[in-house]
Amino acid sequence: MPLLVRLLVQRIALGLLLLFLVSILIFAGTIILPGDVAQSILGQSATPEALANLRRELGLNDPPVTRYFHWLGGVLQGDLGTALTSGQDIATAIGKRLGNTLFLAFWAALISVPLAILLGLIAVRYRERWPDKVISAVTLASISVPEFLIAYVAIFFFSVRLRWAPSVTTINDSMTLGEKLHTISIPVAVLTVVVLAHMMRMTRAAILNVMQSAYIETAELKGMRMFNIIWKHAFPNSVAPIVNVVMLNMAYLVVGVVVIEVVFTYPGMGQYLVDHVSKRDIPVVQACGLIFAAVYIGLNMIADIVSIISNPRLRHPK
Amino acid sequence: MSDKLLKVKDLKIGATVYPPGEKPHDIEIVHGVSFEVEKGKVLGLIGESGAGKSTIGLSAMAYGRGGVKITGGEVWVNGRDILKSNLGDIRALRGGEVTYVSQSAAASFNPAKQIMDQVTEASILQGKFSKKEAEARAVELFRKLGLPDPENIGNRYPHQVSGGQLQRCMTALALCPEPDLVVFDEPTTALDVTTQIDVLMAIKEAIRDTGVAALYITHDLAVVAQVSDDILVLKMGDMVEYGSVDQIINNPQEEYTQALVSVRSINHEEKEPTSEPVLRVQNVTARYKGTNFDVLKNINVELHPGQTLAVVGESGSGKSTLARVITGLLPPSQGRIHFAGRDLSADLAGRSSEDLRELQMIYQMADTAMNPRQTVGTIIGRPLELYFGLKGEEKRKRIIELLDEIEMGVEFIDRYPAELSGGQKQRVCIARALAAKPKLIICDEVTSALDPLVADGILKLLLELQKIEDVAFLFITHDLATVKAIADSIAVMFQGEVVRYGGKTDVLSPPFDDYTDLLLSSVPEMKLGWLEEVIANRKMESAGN
Repeated sequence: MPLLVRLLVQRIALGLLLLFLVSILIFAGTIILPGDVAQSILGQSATPEALANLRRELGLNDPPVTRYFHWLGGVLQGDLGTALTSGQDIATAIGKRLGNTLFLAFWAALISVPLAILLGLIAVRYRERWPDKVISAVTLASISVPEFLIAYVAIFFFSVRLRWAPSVTTINDSMTLGEKLHTISIPVAVLTVVVLAHMMRMTRAAILNVMQSAYIETAELKGMRMFNIIWKHAFPNSVAPIVNVVMLNMAYLVVGVVVIEVVFTYPGMGQYLVDHVSKRDIPVVQACGLIFAAVYIGLNMIADIVSIISNPRLRHPK
Repeated sequence: MSDKLLKVKDLKIGATVYPPGEKPHDIEIVHGVSFEVEKGKVLGLIGESGAGKSTIGLSAMAYGRGGVKITGGEVWVNGRDILKSNLGDIRALRGGEVTYVSQSAAASFNPAKQIMDQVTEASILQGKFSKKEAEARAVELFRKLGLPDPENIGNRYPHQVSGGQLQRCMTALALCPEPDLVVFDEPTTALDVTTQIDVLMAIKEAIRDTGVAALYITHDLAVVAQVSDDILVLKMGDMVEYGSVDQIINNPQEEYTQALVSVRSINHEEKEPTSEPVLRVQNVTARYKGTNFDVLKNINVELHPGQTLAVVGESGSGKSTLARVITGLLPPSQGRIHFAGRDLSADLAGRSSEDLRELQMIYQMADTAMNPRQTVGTIIGRPLELYFGLKGEEKRKRIIELLDEIEMGVEFIDRYPAELSGGQKQRVCIARALAAKPKLIICDEVTSALDPLVADGILKLLLELQKIEDVAFLFITHDLATVKAIADSIAVMFQGEVVRYGGKTDVLSPPFDDYTDLLLSSVPEMKLGWLEEVIANRKMESAGN
């Protein structure tokens, strides 16, 4: 088997193993949580008989290992269980929420990733000069401010004062794409600002690292313009570290979006999770945790795969 | 103003330096250099490191590396002073009229792009050729430069071709836009001698066939004698001598040039094997972990006390691996190491402190072999503490003795490595090895990174110390001139095997095996027409076979 294929298979297998381990952690974490699910469903006034009945119904009397494999078996078949509080099928409920979260994350990524890379390239081109310093200062300042504060400031100016876009971003199926985009424009902007700095700084550092190479001098001595050198010669050799940080930030856009969703009351995964944590709805928390973990592991796996593929020595063996 | 292709007048170049503990300031590194190159002629720029050769070469492209700035003088290319041109004009000059071949093609090719794209890039960018024309021309150049499969080699990535092939690709890159002038910056220095000769010939023929002019920068006078019409000798940014190649080689006027021409003044008589050998390597076979390929195959060599065994070979021959096996860094899969009357443990962890003391090493890069934050005194004093428990005044006395032995004074005791020259650093490393009073020192390419005159001094010192301390040297090198200078016995290595082994005189006398013959005949000689002679001989031989 060629080295490249072997590395890729290895990496994917590792990702799956990691996901399996995380599923154990999530399950273990939720059963050691204090309190009793049956108690929290039925309330303080429940009779012991009712509690015992419910526990049996929920399978809470089985040993944890049995419950774990029962749960995992369900997950593998796409059955995430039913929410304790509402009795709804979790998979159906999450499906819609996840779609909304991904919709928001997609547009934020679509704007922030190219913008971050472009700003990184510009910062390298004018390194140690004013464009570099301005870009660094602004992006660093924006990452230093808590995101909910940025969100409220943005709502105050763009929604309350200028009335450009709504502050409550409820979207539904009957809206057209344009309407949806208009609705989510402020949260997308806030998310972009939040993830921009990290990606831009890493792009700048990765490319500067490569700019010391002898082949950059070769390109300069071909009479190429500096921006072309950065784009055509330096960037292809910095893809691996850049993709890594991009994927980390994309994962953050899906997983870390909780605060923004709550601020804008956006009907996504984050809000769904927060709601059910407060209601102690264990199956929902487990399902959300597993999906977040899968997104994180999946995106990082993609980053590693791109890094492996971007290495010409592996792509074109001797 | 001039009919010359390149005319440099009173060129002055400065650089910003950052000395430790001082404020950064500007210094002048090239002090008024003038020379001319006519169309189709080759000028050799020669000098030791720090002479300013590369800096001067790059000034023909109005380029300064790092903090280097051209501070004065004129550089006329095709009748215009490029130091007065704007950036746009300079860009049009670079990669079009004047192109560049660097020392390390492996580093100068972008690893992420195909060779063809990089070779044709400048021609297309400068509007000299269309993509199709440029590619056709590149294939033509690949063929002319003797590259295998010229039609398709351009589709490969740099790591997919060998070092010598890549250096030829770099030459193709420089010649592709039909430049008027090519700056060759040590284009064969990083290559093995047997590869160097082919690349040298390819470059020479390409220069002749295309009628391009060239600046040929090197520290190796024997090499420059083969390709140049004129030679400019430089030292510390000053012109020493400027004349035709014939005059410089056969009738050098300046003392410095004479020293360069006649370097290798050592004449070391081979010593007879005396008593019991201090080192006996028996049937050693070794491979690196996770590979299924033997890098050493059944090696048998001996070294007698107070003598020098030179292990010579090209990159990949296994000579450094042999050193790793002897020092215990790489346990052999078979065979044993007999040292000073006992068998050494194959593994480093199994060796006693006495084993370690009696077997010392000196490395190629003195820079990286010393802790930059320790003074010379600390560096040399460390083995004295470790092996002999010396302290205070006693230790200091011994350090001064050792400094004296390496011909450096007591004033160096508190200096840091950064304050020393390359030769001095290597001397400190020698003193550190000697401090342990070893029976054997493994010298791994200890003079390869040094200028010829400095290297000569180090070799003399080593021979001197060998007499005093009665220490044996295992001298690993790719440089046959060094071998001739200091060895008592020689082992020639090729692809993990010792192909020739014996006393110096025997090994260096005919009849030769094929590989030793190739190796010996590939060492450039300081003689005009040597290159053509060797190539002609080889063609005759291959026609005869």
